[in-house]
Amino acid sequence: MKVVVGVKRVVDAYVKIRVRSDGQGVETANTKMSMNPFDEIATEAAVRLLESGIVDEVLAVSVGPDSVQEQLRTCLAMGANRALQISAEPDLEPLVIARALQAVCQRESPDLVLLGKQAIDDDCNQTGQMLAALQGWAQATSVSGLEVSQDHVRATREIDTGLEQLRLTLPAVISVDLRLNDPRYPRLPDIMKAKRATLETLTLESLGVDSTPRLETLEVTEPPRRKPGVRVATVAELVDRLRNEAGVIP
Amino acid sequence: MTVLIFGIHDGDQLTPASRSAITCGLQLADRVDVLLMGAECQSVANEAASLDGVARVLVAQAEHLSEPLAENMAPVIQGLASEYIWVLAAADSAGKNVMPRVAAALGVQQISDIVAVIDGETFVRPIYAGNALARVRTRDAQRVITVRSTAFAPVAPGDQVASIEFVEAAGDSGLVEHHGYRLSGGDGPDLGSADIVVSGGRGVGSAENFALINRLAERLNAAVGASRAAVDAGYVPNDHQVGQTGRVVAPALYLAVGISGAIQHLAGMKESRVIAAINSDPEAPIFDLADYGLVQDLMSALEELEHTLAETPSPLGKSA
Repeated sequence: MKVVVGVKRVVDAYVKIRVRSDGQGVETANTKMSMNPFDEIATEAAVRLLESGIVDEVLAVSVGPDSVQEQLRTCLAMGANRALQISAEPDLEPLVIARALQAVCQRESPDLVLLGKQAIDDDCNQTGQMLAALQGWAQATSVSGLEVSQDHVRATREIDTGLEQLRLTLPAVISVDLRLNDPRYPRLPDIMKAKRATLETLTLESLGVDSTPRLETLEVTEPPRRKPGVRVATVAELVDRLRNEAGVIP
Repeated sequence: MTVLIFGIHDGDQLTPASRSAITCGLQLADRVDVLLMGAECQSVANEAASLDGVARVLVAQAEHLSEPLAENMAPVIQGLASEYIWVLAAADSAGKNVMPRVAAALGVQQISDIVAVIDGETFVRPIYAGNALARVRTRDAQRVITVRSTAFAPVAPGDQVASIEFVEAAGDSGLVEHHGYRLSGGDGPDLGSADIVVSGGRGVGSAENFALINRLAERLNAAVGASRAAVDAGYVPNDHQVGQTGRVVAPALYLAVGISGAIQHLAGMKESRVIAAINSDPEAPIFDLADYGLVQDLMSALEELEHTLAETPSPLGKSA
């Protein structure tokens, strides 16, 4: 069984982002970049399937400029067998990424595609569902439990009211949530080996994917700031203020 | 009609988030159509037909639409979409699951989680966990959009009753079987629409201690929220998680107990009208956001809160 994992390079989750003064985006120069945390969980899930013997090949894919090779090498260090860069400009929209992954699926015929449920930069939460639609495959999003068999997958989804259980026919697309696993830290020898590994490269153009953006970002602004609050000294004062000043409790 | 709302419901009623999506739709057109899918939709159709600004309620009824499976629901929406310019749904777990599947099938770039309508093609949406707001303009002739419910008040009943029409349900995709739910349930108000949310974090310390949060919520008729850390630690089920990847809430009062205030958590609650925070750490980032901050040991504060709230409010209490 073959698994494709899609990963995105994003501003690190612990960086406090700054809106650029020209209002055209957020500051990414000299900013720590990392693999999207959800994609790390997807990679970990794929590598565990490889280790359990159900899966015999894990191909990590990222779409973007050469800087994404850093994240692909992290995937290799974690245990992916192969890594493919689809060379393209940065900040492409989810529909473009889904079409690029569709082209990869047509070349590679994976049984399963694992992705993070959303990227922590644009917070779109779309790529997995779009890929499933384009391929006409089953999907499970926000997955926190996964059992893979030869011809189907049992997935537990996190939904607004609790958990939902699905059985998907393979091939399928799974987008993963935080509680699926704790990604490993790659070992130093594996990191060194991944540094020397050969990455495969294709261009978005050669896959016939149109990357023209459909959305134009007119302006990026900081959200309005809240007015400064006060410290209260006691529970009694807190209750009094909430009741008589803010009027939010009976 | 030019606006279609994918109405998400529990079998009896539209969710408050879907009623918010209708409000958003009414900023794009004077009237909207609402699509309901399910095994049995009569009572929810009657309710939807009574809502202000609803022109038609379209009902697709079939056994394989009894659960919100994207593989079965997206084709129904797609089949109707050609009649509409805007197709909207709440950005709740069903909308997030189904709508991108519709957008990709239509070949359009979805606009996720909008918080404001500037004009028919220009919208505002949060990015980077709400630490920035992007004003985006679409070039797509058809617009598939999910709506952040906290940014639009749920629509109320109007004085006209919409027509109810049955539409064809696409067949069962056969790709997926629904094998049930594990719902944590509870009798309290819904987290997404409660007036008060009492939320606990890692600082609460244990599932046993979290019972104090539940009790306080019950006394205030509040919903129970939690940080990711509290859910990961097993104090409380996943559906209570508030934040970038959990629920987004904006109650009149958000009371954060033992929550340090990671940006991923703040993303889910910072639009609350009043934020109060109790934390034993005076440096906790949540205090930067809180209107009222109390530095105190959590257990003693929770016990005192319970006693204080049990007392009848003094008629001589200070007024605002």
